[in-house]
Amino acid sequence: MALVFAGICSHGPGITGRAERADSALRDPFYAALDGLRVDIESSGAEALVVIAAEHFANFFMNNMPSFAVGMGEEYEGPIEDPDWLKIPRTTIPGAPELSERIITEMMQTVDLSYAKEWKMDHGIMVPLNFLTPRYDMPIIPANINCQGPPLTPLSRAYAFGQALRRACDSVPEKIAVMGTGGISHWPATPNSGKINEAWDREYLDAWAANDKERLLSYNDEDTLREAGQGGFEIRTLTAISGLCEGTTGTVRYAEPIPIFSTMCVVGVMDI
Amino acid sequence: MSLYYVQKLLYNLNRDNSVQHLFKNDLDTLMDGYKLTAEERTWLRNGDVGELYIHGVNGQILMHFAAFIGQDWDEYIQAMKNGLSKHGQVRDGIYKVVDGGDGGAV
Repeated sequence: MALVFAGICSHGPGITGRAERADSALRDPFYAALDGLRVDIESSGAEALVVIAAEHFANFFMNNMPSFAVGMGEEYEGPIEDPDWLKIPRTTIPGAPELSERIITEMMQTVDLSYAKEWKMDHGIMVPLNFLTPRYDMPIIPANINCQGPPLTPLSRAYAFGQALRRACDSVPEKIAVMGTGGISHWPATPNSGKINEAWDREYLDAWAANDKERLLSYNDEDTLREAGQGGFEIRTLTAISGLCEGTTGTVRYAEPIPIFSTMCVVGVMDI
Repeated sequence: MSLYYVQKLLYNLNRDNSVQHLFKNDLDTLMDGYKLTAEERTWLRNGDVGELYIHGVNGQILMHFAAFIGQDWDEYIQAMKNGLSKHGQVRDGIYKVVDGGDGGAV
């Protein structure tokens, strides 16, 4: 089996950009949990890391918005944000174009997706990479699900995207790690930023850990917007991991609200 | 409000150094490339985050514009709150405020 690791984590820009303003009693264990992911990914022997993200208009706009996109570049650059604002230096990230092409070709059998040889990474990928591959020495395959510009990718299709990615991973000899990164409830970049619906988040994470497909696909955008804010739409990235690991349960290693990071900060792994 | 084109200009600004250079050195030429109203041109020229917010610019686009014009996080949050106080609820888009704008720079 080529899939050697699957997990989820948060990606809010405050996680690095406003680190000094967080309660260290919450921040430090969160950082430690993120570092645990790094250790696990390295220990897995992964040769490439697929990051399923919810980018925030870094590459895709409403003039041509794909429901799904997967990178096929030799290299990528990021962050697009001011490095001093995000507190992550601008850098070049290696890609895996030939592996990407094989994965994309297989996924296209069941999922309509766009591919991109150019990709600028925003905080949605750079914040996780800052912790997971801090030397930027692991080939990355970025993937995106439209969680920002309605009409959004249906949740059921995000789950199917994960299933297709699993089939693609299993069709190649390389060892592949996959991370899904998105917020749960949050109202990012608004006057409400810092508001978190902890009960909603824990209910979602309970369904995620159980990999309960029926519950995960029962969410709808109207309820999510009301209960979990615009940021709640990003559960698509986490539910894609559920599809990737269908039939397997997961473990939530860390889940605590950190308001200055604008979201419930989460680290979870699938027990593959 | 041609929300789409305001957001498109800011989208390009956020990701392209050459657009950032044009914004700083020849803003009128940059704005001429988009279908903007006179009001929108003023808001962009003045860096009026409050007006842009209440007219529906997506926060994920707007927060980077705020950083680009030198606003720190607290200033960005306050600028949106000022816009709400002066003009009321967000008119368009999915970034409407809830709970009267409670929360913010915490």
